[in-house]
Amino acid sequence: MARVVLTANFALYTGGESELELEAESIRQLLRRLGRRFPDLAPHLEQGLAVAVDGQIYQDDWFQPLAPDSEVHILPQIAGG
Amino acid sequence: MNDAAHGEYKWIGTRPPRPDGVDKVTGRAKFGADTALPNMLVGAVLRSPHAHAKIKSIDISKAEALPGVKAVVSRDDFQDMPSEMVPAGEMMVNYRDMVRNVMAREKVLYDGHAVAAVAATSASVARRALKLIEVDYEVLPHVIDVMAAMKPDAPLLHDDIFTEGVEPVPDKASNVAKRIEIGFGDMAAGFEAAAEVIEREFDTQPVHQGYIEPHACLADVSEDGQAELFCSTQGQYLVRAHCARLLGMDVSRLRVTASEIGGGFGGKTVVYIEPVALALSRKACRPVKLVMSRDEVFRASGPTSGAHVRIKLGAAKDGTITAAEAELFYQAGAFPGSSVQPAAMCAFAPYALEAVNVVGWDVVSNRPKISAYRAPGAPISVYAVECVLDEMAARLGLDPVDFRLKNAAKEGTKAAYGPKFGPIGMIESLEAAKAHAHYQAPLGPNQGRGVASGFWFNIGGETCVSLNLNEDGTLNLLVGTPDIGGSRASMAMMAAEELGVDMADIQTMIGDTGSLGFNFLSAGSRTTFSTGMATVEAARTVIEELRRRAAKIWEIDVDAVVWEQGSAKPAGSNAGEFEPLSIAELAKQAGATGGPIAGHAEINAQGAGPSLGTQIVDVEVDPETGGITVLRHTVIQDAGKAIHPAYVEGQYQGGAAQCIGWALNEEYVYGEDGRLQNPGFLDYRIPVASDLPMIDTVIIEVPNPSHPYGVRGVGETPIIPGIAAVANAVSGALGIRLSQIPMSPPRVLKAIEEAG
Repeated sequence: MARVVLTANFALYTGGESELELEAESIRQLLRRLGRRFPDLAPHLEQGLAVAVDGQIYQDDWFQPLAPDSEVHILPQIAGG
Repeated sequence: MNDAAHGEYKWIGTRPPRPDGVDKVTGRAKFGADTALPNMLVGAVLRSPHAHAKIKSIDISKAEALPGVKAVVSRDDFQDMPSEMVPAGEMMVNYRDMVRNVMAREKVLYDGHAVAAVAATSASVARRALKLIEVDYEVLPHVIDVMAAMKPDAPLLHDDIFTEGVEPVPDKASNVAKRIEIGFGDMAAGFEAAAEVIEREFDTQPVHQGYIEPHACLADVSEDGQAELFCSTQGQYLVRAHCARLLGMDVSRLRVTASEIGGGFGGKTVVYIEPVALALSRKACRPVKLVMSRDEVFRASGPTSGAHVRIKLGAAKDGTITAAEAELFYQAGAFPGSSVQPAAMCAFAPYALEAVNVVGWDVVSNRPKISAYRAPGAPISVYAVECVLDEMAARLGLDPVDFRLKNAAKEGTKAAYGPKFGPIGMIESLEAAKAHAHYQAPLGPNQGRGVASGFWFNIGGETCVSLNLNEDGTLNLLVGTPDIGGSRASMAMMAAEELGVDMADIQTMIGDTGSLGFNFLSAGSRTTFSTGMATVEAARTVIEELRRRAAKIWEIDVDAVVWEQGSAKPAGSNAGEFEPLSIAELAKQAGATGGPIAGHAEINAQGAGPSLGTQIVDVEVDPETGGITVLRHTVIQDAGKAIHPAYVEGQYQGGAAQCIGWALNEEYVYGEDGRLQNPGFLDYRIPVASDLPMIDTVIIEVPNPSHPYGVRGVGETPIIPGIAAVANAVSGALGIRLSQIPMSPPRVLKAIEEAG
């Protein structure tokens, strides 16, 4: 089961739950399952995100695989100047 | 002259002459305003003289009737957009805000806000036409300062902003667009455990990226709706996306070419005059050139935020930070979307913390919509954090570098924004700082030394390249990311390294939007990383094809062919006795062996590694004038692998120079009427060469495992620690800590007087 950590802003849509476990094989699968578990969160997971998997940040990489015990952080999108 | 190659590389890590150098020093390079087309018209923009006003009516009829005027546009020429965040490439954009920023609709929201534009046969006719446009304004109260804009009775810019990120959602509109929060750990326990707690507040003023080249473009829309746009930009594909959306065009019918760029630093990642020029050209059916004056650049393009920052830090006697807290109040300008989010994530990122909490506020006010400025948001938050760290080190009796080393993040540390770090160079940069001769040099009277560290994420993103082998054995590498820091040279070096050929045989060119698939911006310190990754992939594809061609010629299996030092060779004596085939020989036979040889790559580069760095600054303060002289400045930063060290050093020096200006002199000055008082380089004081010492650089290399050559982006981190390093040096020289930047002479003198 992946361990999922949400920032405080995302946790506003989960009733305050900021850490949970979820089974998923890819980033896309994890986001979909997260959205199904927390319907208010779902619109905020569609785009504009960065997802850190075991420390490595991915952006717009739906099919990045997850290990069974991956630690996944859902972050706001990161850009730059 | 090339330096000798180091280690195992022939090209990587050397310093070949830059390919764009001759054109740039002779004036041949084509910047945004340097092209012309037959029948071209001159564009000009009418801008609001008010900081905040309703637009009751706009009458363009007299302007349209002026001989020589071929088109006039206003809000009526741009379709309104719904308010929603939509993806534009890899960014999320609210086009309702963008269309209003490009051309005001219901209101003008800042001095300089575009209200209408004309295209005329000459600049003088265009200027006269602007004066004939009649705009009826109802002037409204304005608000500029971020804290003033947050007050319940502040003039309201928008009636549809209800603060996001708070519970419950407010039922009253305000200027506070969003609240963000990051962090973990038990803050109360952390401060309880501290031997010392310091809490301070800081103020920063808005500053501009200060690019020497103003925004400039040439638009040409034909009668059948196909369009070309030549412009100064960090991202021709984003320009295409935004302009196509705002003008209701298919993306495929707009071709955007990026000119050489005279600075961007994040400020040229958005559109201002480009959609306007296209709209004028479409209406006039003639090309239109539109160039911002310096006055317009300051009044109407996006600076960075002014901000108020509160920091609270707790530490144990041994120097371990026990709790770190920050609250950031950032101006967004006329529309929501400041850089407070990355600012919050970066503020404490270089440190290993048990308890950290950062809250950020995104607040609109009557100023131009802010734009990215090199590590957007982070220089401000880190300025405040690193000043408090400095004060804490002094209070604990610790050397400032040792204090940072005590708390330094490393591989496996949980970052303040959540995930664990991979390999990073924070400790290496601090140790190099401590060992540097600068750190040990003696100081004289009225002199002080400051140290600070900083972090930036860096990004990857969508990138396409095409590498074509020419019939004479030379190669053309087509990339889609404008060269804002030497990337053409770096790409050629990586391709040459892969192929085993001379770098001089590879010409890197920046393609227009019709020549390659989508490329994200040259921003986020991504270009050497992402375009480099794609270049390496394309080069390896070319090598595979070259091996196949040699195998065909020799009538052997492709597995029996190796590629070494620019030639195909039999893998061993069993493969057969064949003379090597050079790339030139294979190129000559390409047609007969299967056709032209090329490689390409279309990727969404992932795995960007963060860059951390430390800076040391010495200053001397003149107690009579308040003037500050920067005596010495050393930038020590992790590049992963410096493909072309001179370009990396240039990024370090440029970022440091911008820190010095930000810390000492640069600020927007507004009058009581909300109008900008200093929209020019005479009164908006950026550092010139005589203001700066030679900035010394040290390149640390902790390889990024995700890149074939270990590259980390380096463009943004250099602007982060320097402001605090300067501020800490001033504090050391004066014995007084200023809590506001810029530390201009009047402020310094006032601080000296107040301290008695």
